[in-house]
Amino acid sequence: MKKFLLTASLMVVGFVAMGQNQVPSVELKTLEQKSINIQDAIKNDGNPVVISFWATWCKPCKRELNAINEVYVDWQDETGVKLIAVSIDDSRMSSRVKPSVDTEGWEYEVLLDANGDLKRAMNVGAIPHTFLIDGKGNIVWQHTSYTPGDEEHLFELIEKVANGEAVGEH
Amino acid sequence: MKNTLLKSLVLLMAPALLFAQEEAQGQLHGNFQLDGQYYVRDTRIDPLGEFYPDERFLGQGFANFIYTQGNFTAGMRYENYQNVMLGFPDGYKGEGITYRYARFKQNDLDITVGNFYEQFGSGMVFRSYEERGLGYDNAMDGIRIISRPVKGVQFKGVLGRQRFYFDKGPGILRGADVDVDMNAYMSALDNKGVQWSLGASYMSKYQRANDPFLILPENVATAGVRSQWSKGPFNLLTEFAYKANDPSADNGYIYKDGHGAIATLTYSKKGFGLLMSAKRIDNMSFRSDRNATTTDLLINFLSPTTQVHTYALPALYQYATQINGEEGFQIEASKKFKRKTKLGGKYGTTLSLNYSVVQSINKDFVDPANDTLRTIQGYYHNPSALGSIPYFHDFNVKLEKKLNKSYKFKLSYLNLFYNRSVLEDGLGDEAILANPDNQKLLNAHVFVYESLYKVKPKHYLRNEFQHLSTKDDRGSMVMALAEYSIAPSWFFAVQDIYNYGNPDASLRFHYPLASVVYTVGTNRLQVNYGRQQQGIFCVGGVCRVVPPSNGVSFSLTSTF
Repeated sequence: MKKFLLTASLMVVGFVAMGQNQVPSVELKTLEQKSINIQDAIKNDGNPVVISFWATWCKPCKRELNAINEVYVDWQDETGVKLIAVSIDDSRMSSRVKPSVDTEGWEYEVLLDANGDLKRAMNVGAIPHTFLIDGKGNIVWQHTSYTPGDEEHLFELIEKVANGEAVGEH
Repeated sequence: MKNTLLKSLVLLMAPALLFAQEEAQGQLHGNFQLDGQYYVRDTRIDPLGEFYPDERFLGQGFANFIYTQGNFTAGMRYENYQNVMLGFPDGYKGEGITYRYARFKQNDLDITVGNFYEQFGSGMVFRSYEERGLGYDNAMDGIRIISRPVKGVQFKGVLGRQRFYFDKGPGILRGADVDVDMNAYMSALDNKGVQWSLGASYMSKYQRANDPFLILPENVATAGVRSQWSKGPFNLLTEFAYKANDPSADNGYIYKDGHGAIATLTYSKKGFGLLMSAKRIDNMSFRSDRNATTTDLLINFLSPTTQVHTYALPALYQYATQINGEEGFQIEASKKFKRKTKLGGKYGTTLSLNYSVVQSINKDFVDPANDTLRTIQGYYHNPSALGSIPYFHDFNVKLEKKLNKSYKFKLSYLNLFYNRSVLEDGLGDEAILANPDNQKLLNAHVFVYESLYKVKPKHYLRNEFQHLSTKDDRGSMVMALAEYSIAPSWFFAVQDIYNYGNPDASLRFHYPLASVVYTVGTNRLQVNYGRQQQGIFCVGGVCRVVPPSNGVSFSLTSTF
C-alpha cells in the first residue's frame, strides 16, 4: 500500500499544476434566467476579463463595483477589459439582483451563481473576491476583500495584461 | 488521520490519471481558513464565567482541495476543531474529512458521487448548502445526476443522506427536479419578448420509526411547482410547495400537511428598481431527522422576505423565518436621481425605501369539544383570516450622496419591530395566544450616518455613527466606527458600542473592538482585540446565538 501511495503521489505530482490557472466549466444564469457557461462568458476577443464575486448584501462588494463603475468606460476604452459581476446571492436574494444592478446603473455583465457552484469551483470563500483573466483565458491574478483604492491597483494590472506583460504578482 | 487524508487524496485523484495522458494538464487548487481566539476573562460582561471556555484558546480551521482535469473534478475538505469556537454549534468536535466528491461531465450528463450541495427552485422543497461563518453545513452524501436530455429541459436527481457534524442524519433523501425553458417550445414567447420557465420538484425522506406511543409516517414527501416569467422590466417569480404530514419536534408531533407559497414581482430599469414580495408558510419544517432542532438536518430552506441589515446595531435584531408558520409582505424601491438634476446634484443621489412585515398565520388551537381531528392536526386554520401575532416589521429609508470628489455619505433611518418571544425564545403561537400580555417585544428607531473620505489616492477613511433608541431589551446604544485603509494591503479599524440606555445601570457597558487586516493577493490575516456583545448573528437567513466574549481573535484565509 505504501508503495502504491508513493507511486500514485508521484504520478499525481507529475501531472498536476498547483494553483488554478484556468476558469472552470460551470453553468450560471443570466439575469434573464438563461443558462450560460462561464467559459463562454469570458470570451472577450483576446482582451482581459475581470470576474468579481459579489452579493446584494455585501457592502464592500457594492463599494468596489460602484467605484469601478465610475471609471469603467475609461477602462474599456483603454484596455478593452470586460467585467463580469457574479452574484452569489442565494435564492432568497437573487430576485433582488436585477433591481439592484439597474438602480446602480452598472454596465457590467451580471451572472447569477445562486447555488454557489462557481464560487466553490473557484475556491471563493469570503467576498468580494476578484479574478483577473488574460486574453487566453488564464487566471493571472486574484484578490480577496476590498479596500477603497484597490480599483486603482487593479487597473494597473489590467493595463499590464492588455499590453501582454506579466502581472508579476499573485 | 494523516494517512486517511493522504489515501483519500490519492484515491480521489487516481481516476484522473487515466485521462491524464491524453488531456490537458490537471490542476490542483483550493483554499484554507484558520480562526482562533484567545479568551480573556471579563467579569463585567460575564460575571459568573459561564461563557468563559476552559481551554482559554479555541481554534478551528479547514481546507478545501479541488482537482480538475478536463471534464473530471474531485475535491475534499479537511476540517479541524480544537475546540470549536464559542457561538458555533458544539457538534463540531475533533477533525476529519467531512466532504469529498468526484464529478464527471460528459455531453449532457453530469454525475457527482460523494458530497454535493444542491437546491431545487428557491429551496422550499430541497436545499443543501453551507454557511461556514455560522458553522451551518447540511451537505448531501450520495449521488447526483444532472442531465439535459432535450433542448430546454434540465433534470436533476439526488439520492443520499445529509451531513450531521461529523456524522450523517438518519433519514434517506430521494428527490428529483425538472426545469423547462418554455421559450424552447413556444416561439410566440420570443416574439413577444417574454422569457418563461417552469419547474417542478419532489423530495421524499425515509426515516425509520418505532415510537412506543405514536404511529409515525416513515416516508414523507414534499412537492413544489414554480414559474419564472419576465418581460422587459418586469419579472414575476411564483412558487408553491406542499408537504405531507410529518410529525416532528418542530411542530409538536402533529399530523398536519404543510403548505408554502411565495410570489415576487420586480420592475426595474436603469436608475430605478422595485420589488414586491408576498409569502405564506404553514407547517413547513422538513428535516431528515424528525427529532432534530435548531439548524440541524434541515432539508428545505424557507427564504425570509425581509431585508438583511449589515450595520451592527440593526443587525442585532435580524429576522429569521418561522418554519412553523408565518405570512409576510415586502416592498422595496430604490431610485438613482441623475447627476446635474435638482435632486441629483453634481454627482447623483440614490434614495431607497423598504417596508417588510411578518406575522403569524391564523391558527385556532382552542378545543372545547375534545375534537380528535383537531388534536391530531394541532390546530385549525382559516386561510382567509390573518394571523394576530406580529413577528417583525422594518421600515427604512436610505439616502446616498456624493458631495464632492473625495467625500460620500449614506444616511439611514430604520424603524424596527421585533418579537423577542418568537425570535429569541422560540415561543410557539399557542403559548403566546394563551398569554399575549407576556410577550417580550422590541420597538426601535435607528439612525446611521456613514461616510467615506478619500484622503489621497489609495488612502481612505470610512466612518459610521449609529444610534439605536429603544426602551426594550438592552435599551439604547450608540456606536462609532473609524476605518482607515491603504490599498491594496492594509486596513485598520476601531469601533465602540456603548449600551448607555441599559435599563440596568450596572450593565451600561462599552464594547470596544480594534482590528488590523493585512491582505496580499488572496492571503488575508485579520487580528481583532476587544469585546463582543451577546447577540444573534445571522448570515443569509440562518442565525446563531453568539455569547459575550472578550479577547484576541485572528482569522487567516488563503486561496491557492
